[in-house]
Amino acid sequence: MTPHVILRIISKFLIPLIALFAFYVQFHGDFGPGGGFQAGVILAASVILYALIFGLDAAKKAIPPSWVRIGMSLGVLLYGGTGVVTWMLGGEFLNYSVLIDGYPAKGQHYGIIAVELGVLLAVASVMLAIFYAFGSRQPDLSDEDW
Amino acid sequence: MASTILLDIGFMAMLVVVAFAIVRLRSLFAIVMLQGVYSLVSAAWFVSLDAVDVAFTEAAVGAGVSTVLMLAAMLLADRESRPVPLGRQIGPLLIVVFAGLAMFYAIGDMPAYGDAHSPANSYVGNDYLDRTAEEIHIPNVVTAVLASYRGYDTFGEAVVVFAAGLGVLLLLGLNGNAGRWRAKPNGVRISKQAAPAARKRPLPADAPQPAPAPAAASPTRRTKKPTAKTKKGGSS
Repeated sequence: MTPHVILRIISKFLIPLIALFAFYVQFHGDFGPGGGFQAGVILAASVILYALIFGLDAAKKAIPPSWVRIGMSLGVLLYGGTGVVTWMLGGEFLNYSVLIDGYPAKGQHYGIIAVELGVLLAVASVMLAIFYAFGSRQPDLSDEDW
Repeated sequence: MASTILLDIGFMAMLVVVAFAIVRLRSLFAIVMLQGVYSLVSAAWFVSLDAVDVAFTEAAVGAGVSTVLMLAAMLLADRESRPVPLGRQIGPLLIVVFAGLAMFYAIGDMPAYGDAHSPANSYVGNDYLDRTAEEIHIPNVVTAVLASYRGYDTFGEAVVVFAAGLGVLLLLGLNGNAGRWRAKPNGVRISKQAAPAARKRPLPADAPQPAPAPAAASPTRRTKKPTAKTKKGGSS
């Protein structure tokens, strides 16, 4: 698969930047626009771009389907688990203020970070799962088939 | 201010044009691409409306991922849509006209554009704006509302996304081998990277041979009685 040299070179350069931007969106979500959902989608988009350019098998080698399966459950578990932890610490479900004793605002910070991380994992994994599921059902197309 | 209004109207006009193009086109590939364009224009419009977070999501989800997913789904179907006979277009047209008229009728109840006393700008919305600074100490109120004040809703959304992924996983499988793709023709259980339909017809001679199982990868089990409990996803 030698054609598309320009696409391959450019995307090789762009994909790390896209992934990096996803993490920026994730961790800067408290200060600017963004958050777990957007970051997850962007992260998934970087892998999907890789799959589009280098083929699905290469993408599956980079991010194995088993990771995707684990990631999507882990994300929801992290979100729900944060709620359970706040529960155990004596607060209501998902009331992050109790996470750090005496500093409710700080607890909110940590809670939001944990929860957004869960959303990131869940969304990125599910997007990839859907892409893998649909993408695996057809053979690789040659350029003329479009 | 006036220039922003012009911008908004321009974006809306573009949306209408793209929507009509989508309706008129027959090539599904072009339609999928135009849907991406539609999302991108919407995202630009949301930016002009100062809804940056929504624009962000629209650009990433609508223009990015969903275009690719629609493309992947389209490749499993036809490339062209058949024209619908005129007789069957009347019913949908009536429904659309009726719904459109109902919406125009409802416009009278909507708050004016930028109204400071609209329901969205009073009551609980103001509360969030006032209290985020002292309760959560983060500048982005949207994140505070999403993750903290409305944490239950976001949890529900995460679960919905998870359920969507789970549904696709159960129906199709991550490797396209869920359900009947893991059937065992000729007594050999097929559990491979791609669905049988996706591969060039499996050789019949392939079946009785002792599979040269390469260690852990793609375990083509040939046991007489496979356990009833099939593991999901198959080969790792």
